Amino acid sequence: MTIAIVIILLVIATLIFHFISPWWFTPLASNWQAIDDTINITLWVVGIVFVAVSLFLAFVIFKYRYNKDRRSDFEPENSKLEGWLTLITTLGVAAMLTPGLFVWAEFISVPENSEIVEVVGQQWHWSYRLPGKDGKLGKTAIKIISEDNPFGIDINDINGADDLLVKSNELHLLIDQPVKVLLRSKDVLHNFAVPQFRVKMDLVPGAITFVWFTPTKLGRYELLCEELCGIAHFTMRGYIKVDTASDYQTWLASLPTFAQTLTRDPINLAQGKQHYTGCISCHGIDGQGNEAMNAPQLAGLSRWYLQRQLNYFKQKIRGQNSNDTYGQQMSAMSALLPDGKAVEDVSAYLNSLPSSQNTLINKGDVIKGKRLYKNCSYCHGDDAQGNYAMNAPKLAGQHAWYLKRQIGSYQQGIRGVHPNDLYGKQMILMSKILHDERAVDDVVSYINSLTNVR
Amino acid sequence: MTEMENIAIADQVDHSSHPNTFLTKYVWSQDHKVIAIQYSITAIAVGLIALVLSGIMRLQLGFPNEFSFIDPSSYLQFVTMHGMIMVIYLLTALLLGGFGNYLIPLMIGARDMVFPYLNMLSYWTYLLSVLVLISSFFVSGGPTGAGWTLYPPQAILSGTPGADAGILLMLISLAIFIVAFTMGGLNYVSTILQARAKGMTLMRMPLTIWGIFVATILGLLAFPALLVSAIMMIFDKVVGTSFFMPAILSLGETLDHSGGSPILFQHLFWFFGHPEVYIVALPAFGMVSDVIAVHARKNIFGYRMMVWAIVAIGGLSFVVWAHHMYVSGMNPYFGFFFATTTLIIAIPTALKVYNWLLTLWRGNIHLTVPMLFAIGFIFTFTHGGLTGLMLGNVVIDLPLSDTFFVVAHFHMVMGVSPVMVLFAAIYHWFPLLTGRFLNNTLGKFHFWGTFLGTYAIYLPMHYLGFLGVPRRYFAMGETDFIPESAQTLNAGITVSAIIVGLVQLVFIANLIWSSFKGKKSGRNPWQATSLEWQTAQFPPGHGNWGKHVPQVHRWAYDFSVPQVIDDFIPQNVSPAEVEYLSSEQNNSREEK
Repeated sequence: MTIAIVIILLVIATLIFHFISPWWFTPLASNWQAIDDTINITLWVVGIVFVAVSLFLAFVIFKYRYNKDRRSDFEPENSKLEGWLTLITTLGVAAMLTPGLFVWAEFISVPENSEIVEVVGQQWHWSYRLPGKDGKLGKTAIKIISEDNPFGIDINDINGADDLLVKSNELHLLIDQPVKVLLRSKDVLHNFAVPQFRVKMDLVPGAITFVWFTPTKLGRYELLCEELCGIAHFTMRGYIKVDTASDYQTWLASLPTFAQTLTRDPINLAQGKQHYTGCISCHGIDGQGNEAMNAPQLAGLSRWYLQRQLNYFKQKIRGQNSNDTYGQQMSAMSALLPDGKAVEDVSAYLNSLPSSQNTLINKGDVIKGKRLYKNCSYCHGDDAQGNYAMNAPKLAGQHAWYLKRQIGSYQQGIRGVHPNDLYGKQMILMSKILHDERAVDDVVSYINSLTNVR
Repeated sequence: MTEMENIAIADQVDHSSHPNTFLTKYVWSQDHKVIAIQYSITAIAVGLIALVLSGIMRLQLGFPNEFSFIDPSSYLQFVTMHGMIMVIYLLTALLLGGFGNYLIPLMIGARDMVFPYLNMLSYWTYLLSVLVLISSFFVSGGPTGAGWTLYPPQAILSGTPGADAGILLMLISLAIFIVAFTMGGLNYVSTILQARAKGMTLMRMPLTIWGIFVATILGLLAFPALLVSAIMMIFDKVVGTSFFMPAILSLGETLDHSGGSPILFQHLFWFFGHPEVYIVALPAFGMVSDVIAVHARKNIFGYRMMVWAIVAIGGLSFVVWAHHMYVSGMNPYFGFFFATTTLIIAIPTALKVYNWLLTLWRGNIHLTVPMLFAIGFIFTFTHGGLTGLMLGNVVIDLPLSDTFFVVAHFHMVMGVSPVMVLFAAIYHWFPLLTGRFLNNTLGKFHFWGTFLGTYAIYLPMHYLGFLGVPRRYFAMGETDFIPESAQTLNAGITVSAIIVGLVQLVFIANLIWSSFKGKKSGRNPWQATSLEWQTAQFPPGHGNWGKHVPQVHRWAYDFSVPQVIDDFIPQNVSPAEVEYLSSEQNNSREEK
């Protein structure tokens, strides 16, 4: 008896929840209205069946509840009824399946006028490649991926030279332009998913997969990896920015071709040393850093990391938060470096300096820190030596007070929140696994304990 | 030639020697009933570990970064172990190793399984697989965190927790489990085909036996696919072969693999994985049918249709596997085929639901605890089945795949629903094991807590999926498209999950308490027709039938047969023994 009433109440509660739920599909931003329509048709069909079956169940329980004076009917079969039920169910299923198959046929036929863009996945970053003027992507191979050729493009393939490289987690797309996204993975399975576009597809190492859509709404959308790809899967985010034609052209013009990334002016260490003179008062003559001036050790850090951070300061991506006094100082000081070449030279110069003794932390539990650091080691390396492929800087040898402050800045949203801070979001998500100051001390003390390796 | 020599062994007077030491009776026992209990206790124990793991996962999702013992590595490890334990080591083992073992010989009128020694070996091998699995919690790096689907390449690469010892122990444990299952499974199939009592034709078997029979055949055909993929993955990991490994990097380092296909693994895995859903579901379908019939005092409606539906679902389950792979990057044309087969399988499944409803229709429904759980099952299974129609329809899978909608769907249909049946079955058959009822008040509390609690978990979870919240994320962080209220919803789901978890402790307490102190049930307390309740000794002893195995005269659903005095006729009652009403009595009954 109660169960019959409860089932009716559950049906009502389900319907109410469904109609007042604020948790629903994000507004569609692509051409795939047909997918939404199929979902709506199906929801109506299954919703009606759910309500009908459940209410019938409740009714039967109520009507035929135990009565000691009654006996059940004896009716082993009723082939007519069973036949009708089979027929009606079959028709219902066909009504749901048919539109679905038509939409699927559309989904797998890419329009002729589609532009091509390649999305490359790796643990736990996105990058992108456009075919350039010739409209053709150069061949790639895993074995030739290197720091100078992160996309692994075949240098001997003439189609590759003009490929435009986006070594960033943000891809721009032109509004109302159908796009065929070729998906390539360098390591494990990933999945290209933008909720607002509705479509998704796995990236499979060893194969090129694809998905197509037409972005129809300007905006910046979050790209999520939705196929488990290891420990930092949940931090593998990117952005798709849908642009107007003029914004899109500006963006295209800012991208280097593959050929350009291969030919760079030779590094001039003397020039770098010259540029560094302005930094000495805080960072020290050997780049050893100075706690009194709140300046971290720079000697021995990798070129790519120094370049990225200097550029962030220059481009007002880092050091803008009002709570980040030292970052603001650095942002101002970075203006001393006139151009990209100066940034490259000074980074190379600092990289060439031997790192000095770092200040250590005097508290913290190394054993606990080691357990926590396991989560960091996937990117920063077992010896905290850093890893270019993971975009992770070297941590070993850095001053304890600086590491601690940076972890705190990520946790408090002081560092890494700028939309163009490519890997900041990842660190924000990851830094939160250190729940309190003690945990931060523990992990920093463990990093301190690691040999200072180059 | 004496007449004796022409009688099948099963029908001869019991000559079997009975075990008499504690060790042979309860430990190295070859009695299917003892083995069933060993299987059940082990499965429930390991299931409780998986339940705790799910609670820990929910704490992280509901209250991110509040609990320092959960980090991204351990989160993924808990997710993986929770899933694998629940699907394989709890559900498969409990439904087939536990209920299959207990019920097959008793329900078909056999003295035991046809290979009792193999049956014993099956249990001990299963226990070994559980121990190997649990040992992975204690090795360096911990258990694998690759997700229960264990997709390579990541499962064996260093970016995933437990990629050294953890994954190997998992694969080895699965291989051992499959050996155990094969020993048990061959036994179940042979017993059902060879050892049925006289008169127990296939079309007189209770649906429980049909469900277990077809599920076991599915298992025997599907598990080898998992076995070979486990062995191939062990080779990729240990010997450096490239079955599933193309040329790839791992954390920036080039590896020495080339030419393998990660999608090949997915095909093999789901060729096992989809039938696995029905390995769990079909025994549940069968058992719930019998519980409904007994407690509604009514014959199962459309028995033949129910049997053919089980067989059809079993057959179709082998041609739908790639609906798990719509967005895997396989040939997109497969989508047409697999969406069609998947939706076709909904037809026999829907017919089963109709027939359960029509069994209740014009029945006389006793709202006992088993019946409550059976009704709960019909409700949750309908819900979960219908969301399956959405995911099976290939284009709808595009936005919903890999989100919490999928998690909600499969928990509703293959977590909550089979578990509802398991509870119905445990409350129903407990008197057969112990001669005692489970406590009714605690049982009702357990039902309401579980039924309402699980619905409060999984209904809202679908909506996180609509929103686009991905599964297997340690934390969402701040994300533009997800409103803050989603976190509130997640916290609510976690609270429900903790409550449901605690309610299960009441059930465990009830099991233990009632085993010793429960109300005595007497023979055949539910007045059921099937053979397991008609044994000479109650609860049944070794050899099940005393001197003579029963002879079967009718199907298992002669409830409320018109003009018969009793409202049930056991299967071993011959037509001559049935007592009919006199014509006056009959008239007076019809007036009522």
